[in-house]
Amino acid sequence: MKYWLLPDGINESLPAEAKALEAMRRELLDVYRGWGYGFVMPPLVEYLESLSIAMGSQLDVQTFKITDQTNGRLMGVRADITPQVARIDSHRMSQLPNQPNRLCYMGTVLRTKSEEAGGSRSPIQVGAELFGHEGIESDFEVISLMLETLKVADVEKVLIDLGHIGILRSLIASVGLDTDQQAAYLDQLERKSIPEVDQWVSESGFDKSATDMLCCLPTLHGDVSVLETAKVKLSAAGSDMADAIEYLQTLINRLQSTFPSLAISLDLADMRGYAYHTGIVYAAYVEGSGREVARGGRYDGIGEHFGNARPATGFSTNLRTLVRLKGDVAPLAIEGILAPFEGDAELSSKVAELRSQGEIVISQLAPLDQLTVKEQGCSRILAKQSGEWQVVTA
Amino acid sequence: MTQTITIALSKGRIYKETMPLLKAAGIEVLDDPETSRKLILDTTNENIKVVIIRATDVPTYVEYGAADLGVIGKDVLMEHGGHGLYEMLDLNIACCKLMTAGFKDTPLPEGQLKVATKFVNCAKDFFSGQGRQIEVIKLYGSMELAPIVGLADCIVDVVDTGNTLRANGLVPQEHIADISSRLVVNKASMKMKHTALQGILDKVSAAVGARK
Repeated sequence: MKYWLLPDGINESLPAEAKALEAMRRELLDVYRGWGYGFVMPPLVEYLESLSIAMGSQLDVQTFKITDQTNGRLMGVRADITPQVARIDSHRMSQLPNQPNRLCYMGTVLRTKSEEAGGSRSPIQVGAELFGHEGIESDFEVISLMLETLKVADVEKVLIDLGHIGILRSLIASVGLDTDQQAAYLDQLERKSIPEVDQWVSESGFDKSATDMLCCLPTLHGDVSVLETAKVKLSAAGSDMADAIEYLQTLINRLQSTFPSLAISLDLADMRGYAYHTGIVYAAYVEGSGREVARGGRYDGIGEHFGNARPATGFSTNLRTLVRLKGDVAPLAIEGILAPFEGDAELSSKVAELRSQGEIVISQLAPLDQLTVKEQGCSRILAKQSGEWQVVTA
Repeated sequence: MTQTITIALSKGRIYKETMPLLKAAGIEVLDDPETSRKLILDTTNENIKVVIIRATDVPTYVEYGAADLGVIGKDVLMEHGGHGLYEMLDLNIACCKLMTAGFKDTPLPEGQLKVATKFVNCAKDFFSGQGRQIEVIKLYGSMELAPIVGLADCIVDVVDTGNTLRANGLVPQEHIADISSRLVVNKASMKMKHTALQGILDKVSAAVGARK
C-alpha cells in the first residue's frame, strides 16, 4: 500500500502551480472588492442540515459526513459553498429586507463524487452571490462579474448558454405533471433524449396541447431565434411562461449591447438545479474545453430554509480551471540571491533592503564547493567588494 | 470559422449500418476500417473526422469531449448511465432486445439469484425493480455458458435472433429493454458547435425517417 499517494480526485499543488493559483486568487479577490463584493470565509464543516436541506438531495449525496462527538449530530464537509453563503446572508448579517448584500468566497470543497467523469473531487470553488434584489439588474451584474472573472484568466472568446427554470416550471404546472411524471420528464430532459420523450408522452396520454409542448421543449436550444419559436409553441402554458421568455429576451438584449463579442446560445430545457433554481440559469463555455467552465443562476427560495427568504443570484467556477485556461503555470525560475552566512550588520541590512524590493534572498547553508550557487536556488550572490555588499552574477 | 467535428464509431454492425445515414448528411468515410490500420479516418468533409474505438468506449470519448458525436447501442448507454451526454436521435439500426435468459421450464430459484452478465448496472436495476436480491457475476463474453456450468442461475444479455441461446439449451425469458443505436452528443459541443451539429442531426434524422 503506497499510502503517500493521494485518494482519487484529490488535488494538491507544488510551488509552480501554487504560485499561479495564488496569483489568480489575489487578482480575483481584488476584482470582486472593486465591484463591492465582501469576501467571506465560511467554515470547512457545519451541521448537515444547513449544508444540504436547501439544495436538494443531490448535494446530500455529494457531502462527506462526520459525527460531532460532542453532541452526536451529523456534520458535513462542504461540497458547495453557495448554501453556506446564503446562510451567512440570511442569519449572520442584519439587512433590510430589500437591501442588497454582495458576497464572494473562495475555498476548497470536497465531494464524494466528481461532478464530471474523471474530474476533481476537491475543486477550489470561487464565486460571488448577490442577495436581496430580484430582477434583471442583479442577474446582469452577476453575469458581468462572471465574464470579468473569465477575463482575468485571459479567456476572450466565451459562449454563454442561457436558460430559465421558470419555463420548465410553468410548463410542468400547466400540464399538471405529478411527482413521478416530473422525475421521468426531468431525467429525459437532462439527456435530451428526444426519442424517449416522444415515446413517454404518447404513452402517458396527454392532450394535444400538452403533448406538443412537452415534445417541443427538448428541441428548444440553439441561437437566439429559439425564443421566437418558444413564444409560439409554448404559448398555451400561460403568462408565467410568457414572462420567463420575455425576461430572457430583455436580458439577452442587454448582454448583446454591453458585450458585442459575447456568443449567446439558449437551452430552454436546461433543468440542472431544478430543485433550487427559480429564474435564469446559465453556463459559460470556451473553445477546446469539453465542459462548462463556470455556471450560475437565480435561486430565490433558498433563504426560506434559513428562516429568511431573500432573492439571490450568483455564479461559481473552479480556480484550478481558470489557471488551466490561462495556461501560465511556468516552471519556477532560479533567480535568487545567495547571501553568505559569514557577515555583519551591513550584510543584514542589505539583505533586508533587497527583500523589501521584491528580490528573493536565500541564506547560504552549504559551502559552494559542495553545492553550487544554482543548486542552492540562486543566480547571483552577495559579495563584499571595495568594502560594500554588492549583488554580483555568479 | 471552421470547427472540426469528431465522430466516434465502433467497428462491425453499427459501423456498417451508420454509414448510409452519415452519407445522407454528406459525410463519407474515405478509408475502410476493416482493412485500414488507421484509428482516425478522413471523410469527404475535411472538417469531419471519424475515430474507430471499442463500443463501450464511445460514451467515454463523447462525455470527455474527445469526440463530439458518437453512435452507440442503447444497451451500452444504459450500462454507462448516459449522464453527461445528450442522446438526441434514435437511429433505429442494430435493433435487438436486452433480456434475461435461462433454462426452459426451469423456474428461477427463490432468494438470491446469481446473474452472469456484462451489463452489471442494467441487471442490478432490473432485478432491484422486481425487489430481488442478486449476485452479479461480471463476464466479458460467452454468457450462455454460465448457467450450463452452474456459474449462474440466469444471464442478462442482448438477444437478436436467439439462436445462440437455443443452441445452448437456453430460452429468452424477461424483456428488459428494446435496444437500438443512438446518436449521442457531447453537451459542450452541442453549445459550441450548434449550427454544424444541428445540421448533421437534422440530415441524419431525415434519413432515419425516410427509411421507416
